[in-house]
Amino acid sequence: MAKKTRTAAKIDRSAASTLPLLDIRDLTVEFATRRGAVRAVQHVSLSVAKGETLAIVGESGSGKSVTSYAVMRILDRAGRIAQGSVMFSGLDLRGVPESEMRDLRGREMSMIFQSPRLALNPIRKVGRQIEDVLLQHSQVDSDAVGERAIETLEQVRIARPRERYHAYPFELSGGMCQRVVIALALACRPQLLIADEPTTGLDVTTQKAVMDLVVELTRERGMSTILITHDLGLAAAYCDRVVVMEKGLIVETASSATIFKRPSHQYTRKLMRATPRPGVSLRDLLPEGETARPKAAAKTPARKTKAGGTPLLVVEKLVKEYPRQGGARSLFKIFGPKPPKELETFRAVDGISFSIAHGESVGLVGESGCGKSTTSMMVMRLIDKSSGLIMFDGEDIGEIPARKFATLPFRKRIQMVFQDPTDSLNPRFTAVRAIADPLLQLGGISRREVRTRCEELATQVGLPLNLLDRFPHQLSGGQKARVGIARAIALKPDLVILDEPTAALDVSVQAVVLNLLQDLKDSLGMSYLFVSHDLNVVRLLCDRVIVMQTGQIVEQGPTKRVMDEPQADYTRDLLSAIPHPPL
Amino acid sequence: MSESDSIFRHARYVVAENPVTGMAFGLFILIALCALIGPYIVPYDPLASDTTATLHAPSWHHWFGTDQLGRDIFSRVIAATRLDFVIAITSVVLVFAMGGLAGISAGFFLGWTDRIVGRISDTIMAFPLFVLAMGIVAALGNTVTNIVIATAIINFPLYVRVARAEANVRREAGFVQAARLSGNGEFRILLAHILPNIMPIMMVQISLTMGYAILNAAGLSFIGLGVRPPTPEWGIMVAEGAANIISGEWWIALFPGAALMLAVFTFNLLGDGLRDLVDPQRRT
Amino acid sequence: MGKLLLKRMLLVIPNLIGVIIVTFLLTRALPGDPAAYFAGPAAGKEAIEQIRIKLGLDKPLIVQFGRYVADLAHGNLGNSLSTGQPVLTELKNRLPASAELTLFGLILSILIAVPLGILAAVKQGSWIDHICRVVATAGVSLPVFFTGLLLVYVFYFKLGWSPAPLGRLDAFATAPPQVSGFYLIDSLLARNPETFRASLSQLLLPGFTLGIFSLAPITRMTRASMLAVLASDFVRTARASGLNDRTVIITYAFRNAMLPVVTTLGMVFSFLLGANVLVEKVFAWPGIGSYAVEALITSDFAPVQGFVLTMAILYVVLNLIIDILYGVIDPRVRLEG
Repeated sequence: MAKKTRTAAKIDRSAASTLPLLDIRDLTVEFATRRGAVRAVQHVSLSVAKGETLAIVGESGSGKSVTSYAVMRILDRAGRIAQGSVMFSGLDLRGVPESEMRDLRGREMSMIFQSPRLALNPIRKVGRQIEDVLLQHSQVDSDAVGERAIETLEQVRIARPRERYHAYPFELSGGMCQRVVIALALACRPQLLIADEPTTGLDVTTQKAVMDLVVELTRERGMSTILITHDLGLAAAYCDRVVVMEKGLIVETASSATIFKRPSHQYTRKLMRATPRPGVSLRDLLPEGETARPKAAAKTPARKTKAGGTPLLVVEKLVKEYPRQGGARSLFKIFGPKPPKELETFRAVDGISFSIAHGESVGLVGESGCGKSTTSMMVMRLIDKSSGLIMFDGEDIGEIPARKFATLPFRKRIQMVFQDPTDSLNPRFTAVRAIADPLLQLGGISRREVRTRCEELATQVGLPLNLLDRFPHQLSGGQKARVGIARAIALKPDLVILDEPTAALDVSVQAVVLNLLQDLKDSLGMSYLFVSHDLNVVRLLCDRVIVMQTGQIVEQGPTKRVMDEPQADYTRDLLSAIPHPPL
Repeated sequence: MSESDSIFRHARYVVAENPVTGMAFGLFILIALCALIGPYIVPYDPLASDTTATLHAPSWHHWFGTDQLGRDIFSRVIAATRLDFVIAITSVVLVFAMGGLAGISAGFFLGWTDRIVGRISDTIMAFPLFVLAMGIVAALGNTVTNIVIATAIINFPLYVRVARAEANVRREAGFVQAARLSGNGEFRILLAHILPNIMPIMMVQISLTMGYAILNAAGLSFIGLGVRPPTPEWGIMVAEGAANIISGEWWIALFPGAALMLAVFTFNLLGDGLRDLVDPQRRT
Repeated sequence: MGKLLLKRMLLVIPNLIGVIIVTFLLTRALPGDPAAYFAGPAAGKEAIEQIRIKLGLDKPLIVQFGRYVADLAHGNLGNSLSTGQPVLTELKNRLPASAELTLFGLILSILIAVPLGILAAVKQGSWIDHICRVVATAGVSLPVFFTGLLLVYVFYFKLGWSPAPLGRLDAFATAPPQVSGFYLIDSLLARNPETFRASLSQLLLPGFTLGIFSLAPITRMTRASMLAVLASDFVRTARASGLNDRTVIITYAFRNAMLPVVTTLGMVFSFLLGANVLVEKVFAWPGIGSYAVEALITSDFAPVQGFVLTMAILYVVLNLIIDILYGVIDPRVRLEG
């Protein structure tokens, strides 16, 4: 196949060029909606020099992704660039015809997205997908393209690249998929890489590996990078300059050191303050001027502080096993000798022991697949254990089957706040109905009193009363989270398990909700089991912390001690993987 | 504002937003009216034959013309509305109750419930559905009851599949776990928490199946397995007019066929409108 | 691949068992007297008793079931009352007619529906999209027998373009020598263009009727599936990598979009096989559908039972083929299964 001749615009690749590689001036992007044109991005100006790494930071709705989509011109059908210019190496991308734009995409500028597995064609081999890009941009002849594809896989440090070439995306892990996506993006050696939240949803150690790889490859090739993220810490740790966006506007642009030490705009300061980091307290996360204790948190002495008394929850040698799936296993059963037990079952939780005292807040951390969620489900009595002991206030609740637990009085004393506020609210229930549910089933109070009690709870969690009759889709993320919290404390439980309760929230909303959780704990005298992957958040909220890996407890102890002087290697790995902003 | 007030307001909003929905609702009311009072207001007796007026083309006297026995086709088409409508509603209510409950139980409880319901469903689906209906009615006999039973049976797998999928997706949802934490037993969760959430989708299914049910009954009648003459029913009327198409007397088969089409079309459009009405996420 | 085949074939067995049990129940275990059914409406009491003993209907149900299965294994589906011929023979003779008709209609339908659905999805909001949606909604409402009659009226009676709807060939033509039973193929094999033309012209109207019938669900599914795939993350990646339109739409979008469409084909076949019966009646097509319908009119029961069983087995086999086809396209099924 002959190389296609390019009549495309000349891209200036001379190394010592002082022009910025990407120069966006006064960009405005509009979307046509049923209610008229909505401006997602307004008068945005930024530039990226050759070899520079720029971060665009913002919360949801800030317009950070839309800006990059506009640069690549892959906006939705309803979107268009209303005004402004996008200059790429001296070429105005707004005026370029679509066929030339296609040449530029992948060859001169490329993009990687969130959810790497979804970003790959599920029914096409990974190697073929890389070849498609190489062939499209005529980088290599069709007989040599296979080798080139394998080379790109080697460059992103995938183990056994020759084998992986023939793999389908579903056969690869999340981290490997992200490497493939990076390989795809860098295959034709573009000058600019745009990374849109590339590590959201990945474990913190995988995140570090991916970010290190991206930075290394781009520095090696003298590429420019734009990193889009909501995590200010991540941005400052890996990038030279940071641009902060809010509601479609740029509020501040500065070097990453300056952003952290001397943020000038009020919004940046709010974001900075709200980012959980070592050396601050919970109160410090809140915007300046809002750090006073809310009046609603009436200070009652913490109940049941039995000095040195029995712990509230004791878990001993808790195990949860699942039978392994797979056709091979069943054929084995019919035809072969009995397979060894390890092949038969998978231990999600492998004999762990810990305890929680009255009024204490314990963090349970680990990466995905470590068994922390399974553990919390068992403590909640939503699933049954395979073996071990679960003692709650002196009673063995582990023996009670999960199915029966719902109607027992014990149910009232252990409650949960869920991770995804949208998923945990019944779409057909109004907020007040959702909060009232536990009261109606187990509360033992009359129907008339239920409404009053719901209003009390709403006030306690800071939910405006006029929102009580709204449906979940009419509430914001933070408001939904408050509804979930109100529901959890409705029955005045002794132990509340919080399963990543703020993971789905914007960082400024997270700061408020974390403080709310702390205040409630103090005023109601509850104990918390706080399950999270975010060590910085755990540091702020928890007295003690337990670190889990592949179903076992690797380390546990007072938070300060574990975080400052970790004894297990795994804990050290976790701590060092957290992005460290320049301080 | 009370619940019923807001439902009415929402209904007005839905109809106003999409005129096609409004049209569908209007047509539905028209059909329902024909079914209710049609037989009482038609100009001619649907069963009365007049040998002097056979095979007349549509005219002022006979809007849809007359058939081979001199019966007025317009009256027969209107009178037939009741029968087809009743067949459609009865079979749909029957299958919704059985299939819906079986489906959500299978999708929620899994285990043996799922296996048994699945087996029944798969066995029915192993047959081309209309052929199975033919077999059932041929075996049980040509009565309206048997047509209703046959229609309900052949639509059972579809309801089961939709209900099961919806219940299964929600089975591990956060709000279901939260309901358990609030002290709801499993059956309560199924009926009070999950069922209301799947109603919008089931509403669409119900409308579509009403259309299938009518087509099914008409099809069975067309091949002689349904209602017996001289009962006016759209399918039978098309069958009666089929032979005359070749000789050019188109009106005998056309009008009942067009009525069939219109009814099914209305039910299909209605499905989308009903879903908008019932789904709270559409409320602003 | 072989493992997939084996697994799928194993899954078919319970379905076949279910089909056999249901057809057995439909004919033997019903209210009323099965012997009277098989003896026919004209039989006297003695004749009914004879039939009862002959068919073993006086034995316990389990024994009857055993006999039924044994009969099936030997290909004994009983005899038709009106013709006296074994049901199996008649079904075998008539099957090619139905198969040719159904396949013709299906292929026609796919050739129109799939490109229409793809274009509608790719050019969302254009006139093609609107046509597609009208086709999808209105098509579902058309009773298939009504469409057939309309087509006959317009193309035969009014325009005179089509021949009379009286079967596979008109009275003056002779069938080509039997190889496959499909007149189109056989006439080509026998190098007889006249017969080919004649069979084709007879096939057009009923074929179109069936085609129009299955057009709606296939179009709707193709369009919906294509829209979903075009909005997916991996298509966004493909576009962001600069792949050209043809590659994106055909290699990336289309192949993935076809998966749900293949699954839908199973349901479409269910409808088609049912619609077949109605179309055969309208066009006097000598297939197994009209065989059953004629038998119904004369209350001749054995052919009806044989017909239901045959259709069911045919359908089970068709579903198996579709399942395997799906496995060929989707590696996730092949490798994880």
